[in-house]
Amino acid sequence: MVKVFGQFLLFLQSMFVRSERVKVLWRRTLDEAVNIGIDSVFIVSIVAAFIGAVTCVQIAYNLTNPFIPRSTIGYMVREMTILELAPTITSIVLAGKVGSSIAGGLGTMRITEQIDALEVMGINSTSYLVLPRILGAIITFPLLVILAMVLSILGGYLAGTLSGAMTGQEYIEGIRDTFIPYNIAFALIKSLVFAFLVSAISAYRGFYTEGGALEVGTASTTAVTHSIIAILLADYVLAQTLL
Amino acid sequence: MIEIHNVHKSFGDAPILKGVTCTFETGKCNLVLGGSGTGKSVLLKCIVGLLKPDIGSITFDGTIFTNNKVEIRQEIRRQIGMLFQASALFDSMNVFENVEFPLQMLTPGMSREERRDRVEFCLKRVGLENAGPKMPSELSGGMKKRVGIARAIAPNCTYLFCDEPNSGLDPLTSIKIDELIYEITHEYNITTVIITHDMNSVVEIGDHIVFLHKGLKLWDGTKDEILNAQVPELKEFIFSSSLVRAAKRIEQEGGSLEEIRQEPSQDI
Repeated sequence: MVKVFGQFLLFLQSMFVRSERVKVLWRRTLDEAVNIGIDSVFIVSIVAAFIGAVTCVQIAYNLTNPFIPRSTIGYMVREMTILELAPTITSIVLAGKVGSSIAGGLGTMRITEQIDALEVMGINSTSYLVLPRILGAIITFPLLVILAMVLSILGGYLAGTLSGAMTGQEYIEGIRDTFIPYNIAFALIKSLVFAFLVSAISAYRGFYTEGGALEVGTASTTAVTHSIIAILLADYVLAQTLL
Repeated sequence: MIEIHNVHKSFGDAPILKGVTCTFETGKCNLVLGGSGTGKSVLLKCIVGLLKPDIGSITFDGTIFTNNKVEIRQEIRRQIGMLFQASALFDSMNVFENVEFPLQMLTPGMSREERRDRVEFCLKRVGLENAGPKMPSELSGGMKKRVGIARAIAPNCTYLFCDEPNSGLDPLTSIKIDELIYEITHEYNITTVIITHDMNSVVEIGDHIVFLHKGLKLWDGTKDEILNAQVPELKEFIFSSSLVRAAKRIEQEGGSLEEIRQEPSQDI
């Protein structure tokens, strides 16, 4: 365990030793940001909208006390979405989609000797292949989390009003009630940390793949599992330290 | 010239190279010959820096490569072109971009037009002038090898390494790839090292041959000398091919190819 962690740190350090030119890195980072971001918009949108809708319906179902105003549903959907559901669930979804893609891509490059080809050319393969993926994830995860927040709250609105659990006016009242802007900052900080964890862990697993196609599949699965565990651990640590 | 001196390499308790010493000369096709598991590919990986030898040194034209400063190793690496066994073309790039890639990365001062001219020249040199827009997945095995060679020579390499360039190819395509490597080596006067266990390559292009067996260099010489070598392991390796046995027998005694092909290999 300690050995693996040490190797992981050395892996991260190697990205900055003999790093590639800024122009090359910038171009590669934009490519990766597009790959990670644009390709994930659909799945993030679907998941976020339905989570918002389900959260709203379930809160409405449990909120039977007539002394509690119906606008509380909107308030609770907002708080749950911003503090937890949007950053954490989105990152877990992205761990599955982006993490497996990063690990699988790098693993395939490893077993087909493409990474060796880069090394023989004198190119720092971690700087060229891994750093842009991590930067791309760090750029796009917060944007996807913001999108998830908006769609989740919108999903809650639609579910709440269409099911007759409350009026649109009540939901909006709840959304605007005692809003704390720091919660948005907290969610974005979480998304940055999760982006780093997902991309770095997945890249590490893929980069050191040994064997053949079977091992690439194993590396992808391990990358997703470890990324999700890391997200949940970091989520707890961040909640304890920043809230 | 590449000089290998007393190179040892082990993985765990298993020694793979047990003190290999040899020289690969400039302007020649240097073949490293040997059966599977004799340490050929490990030797190649040690030479190009993908593996670090446990003991021993590797020198490129007088400059020590092993355990030297990173900058010096990088400088040497940038003069290396390598053709990998499975070609190792970048899946996400088309043929043109694959060949252009080392130029983009290693020669930042080169203009886009200069790069385009160089890529077109290299693709033409390997007979693939119209393949630029194709993706690697659309190419045959032989075409992939050609693109790999074009990518290797694009930045004007001084040293060319080929890891089993004939693997997975039919005999005719193998000969064409061998001829291409041979022509390029002599045309540009580069130091070429080819890992192979293909006796056709030995006979076709082996200017200088090094025979490895169980991690040791047992013999080196030219293609004209190899059929008369007196090393038992080498003889066994060479004459396991009925075609080579036939050629040898016909050369010495006369006779027909069919007659000799029927004989079990231990008779030779």
